[in-house]
Amino acid sequence: MVDLLQLIISGTATGAIYALCALGFTLLWQASGTINFAQGEFVMVPAFLMLFFINTAGLPLWLAFLLTCLVAMVLLGYTFKRAMVDPLIRHGVIPLVIATLGLSIGVKQLVKAGVTAQAQPFNSIFPDGLLSLGPLKVSYMDVGTLVLAGVIVVGLQMFLNRTVTGRAMQAVAQNTDSARVLGINVARMVLYTFLINAVLSVVAALLVTPTYLAKFDMGESIGLKAFYAAIIGGFNQTRGALLGGVLVGVLENLTGAYISPAYKEGVALMLFLVVIIFKPEGLLGKTEERKV
Amino acid sequence: MKKINLIMAGVLGLALGPITATACFAQQAPIPIVGLVELSGTGATAGTNFDNGVRLAVKEINASGGILGRQIQYTSMDTQSAPQTAKALAQKAIDEKAYVVMGPVFSGSFIVSMAETKRAEIPNFTGGEAANITQQGNPYVFRTSFTQSTAMPKLARYIKDTVKAKTIAIVWVNNDFGKGGRDSMAKALEAQGIKVAADVSTDPGQVDFSAAVLKVKQSNADAVFVYTNEEESARALRELKKQGYDKPIIGETTLTGQKVIELAGEAANGAVAHVGLTVDAPQPQIKAFDQKFQAEYKYKSDHNGMKGYSGMYVVKAITEKIRKVDSKEFAKALHGATIRAKDYPGVLLDVSFDANGDLDRESFLVKVEGGKQVVTATLPPISPIK
Repeated sequence: MVDLLQLIISGTATGAIYALCALGFTLLWQASGTINFAQGEFVMVPAFLMLFFINTAGLPLWLAFLLTCLVAMVLLGYTFKRAMVDPLIRHGVIPLVIATLGLSIGVKQLVKAGVTAQAQPFNSIFPDGLLSLGPLKVSYMDVGTLVLAGVIVVGLQMFLNRTVTGRAMQAVAQNTDSARVLGINVARMVLYTFLINAVLSVVAALLVTPTYLAKFDMGESIGLKAFYAAIIGGFNQTRGALLGGVLVGVLENLTGAYISPAYKEGVALMLFLVVIIFKPEGLLGKTEERKV
Repeated sequence: MKKINLIMAGVLGLALGPITATACFAQQAPIPIVGLVELSGTGATAGTNFDNGVRLAVKEINASGGILGRQIQYTSMDTQSAPQTAKALAQKAIDEKAYVVMGPVFSGSFIVSMAETKRAEIPNFTGGEAANITQQGNPYVFRTSFTQSTAMPKLARYIKDTVKAKTIAIVWVNNDFGKGGRDSMAKALEAQGIKVAADVSTDPGQVDFSAAVLKVKQSNADAVFVYTNEEESARALRELKKQGYDKPIIGETTLTGQKVIELAGEAANGAVAHVGLTVDAPQPQIKAFDQKFQAEYKYKSDHNGMKGYSGMYVVKAITEKIRKVDSKEFAKALHGATIRAKDYPGVLLDVSFDANGDLDRESFLVKVEGGKQVVTATLPPISPIK
């Protein structure tokens, strides 16, 4: 029973990181109809940026994190939107999907050739050690990850639901034309979504890199799992991304411990297939109807 | 008559001149050696180190006049840690008329690519440790490190006599390297009467070891033996520390490699391994290598860098022994050969090769303390080197 609880807590912590990335998927989809298959690389690039600020510029981690947030907002938010999404989105989703796939490969190769192909260490912001709660032993890293990811997610939900800007962003997500008629600056709201996605990627990088290690291909696994999580939870619901992320994280852990670690990596895909077949809109998603 | 002789001599001179010139040119042309190395993908750490080791040796050999007066022309190609790419590049190395091929380091890639070099009768050195590499009767295969079937019995004895473990959990990576190591270790442990309490397979490139470590803890074994590639070893060590694992952590070579220590940070402290080569060994020629490598690349070499470096000096020693650049003769001469470090300090330790291409030499037991490898014992070769 103690093992089970430990597995669930540690799986939820991992799932929370998937959820941060999955949130990015759903936000971009809702606001601009963008599916970003370079989402994993959007986590990898901030990891290397933080390492640059720490190792080369000699900055402390907190300052490196803040500077990386700024650079990511410019590079992965504003520039990505203006240079790739805006020109392509008018041609439909498919060209953009192909372009982001290309971006994913290009960024990986750029980091591999221009920085390093080898993994680099990245220190955790949480201390080593175990928190003992009776017989239950949980690492500070898992607890910290869970708390930080939870705060970010709850904060984002509050921002979207309780602020004028957040509601305007939701209005744009629900119906762009109506939002425009209501006087909402649609372009600005969409830009905000891209900026938020960039910051979520930096937080995910901060939390996941100590385990994954900074490497040019570190985004492959996390990007794919976040995509599965977003589909499982419901691509058109931010709450769905959370559920999908946590579900994938916990099920991976349980499968690894009680069946075999060999099947662990396939869990997300299996769940994804089941959901696509039996509930294609996702567990919390809403069915969207389209005129043909 | 004199005039006719003079004309004939002139004609002969004109006819033979180009041939002689070509022969002289061939004598002085660089010796092409190709490296098939993992410069990207899951084996990037191992391959890059191996490649850097070879490059350093080539630079030194060329600076000291080359081999038999000829410079070495070394070209490395990236296998991307993929066996299919390695096989294709092996063909390319043959097309480039390589005298010797260095690598790949990954056993899985080597097992596929060595068929090509065998067909072309080109000696092929590997950093791979999988036991089956040298069990296929390929006369052109040579190791730069121990085979698993040599290393594991040494380690199993240590686990029994020093750790005094009666049960052990094995965490291994599911590729040719890992499977070979797991099988050799299981056999060696059985011979020592040690029971395998948990047999945990992991994937190449696996990032999350939480479930694997939990399995190890659930088994309640006296110690854990971790046999994975560099990055995975670091992740496993980090997860073991994260979950508060407090029993002996034992490995073979990779677990305490420099890159693993760098990546795992404090989590590497306390890990123990049997290593064939380590820059922290006390031998003066190894200390000299360590200094030269650090001066060249600004980081400390792991065992793979030493494999590449010493392998290249084996090429020099044997070529100078046979006094010609002939791939077939080279392969014949290396079987059963012994090279001494006093004659060729670049081989780092006295080394002998058997009829299969397996090598034998001293090895070390190391423990990671304060982020550094500390040699705790020097183990003799299996057979005394004569």
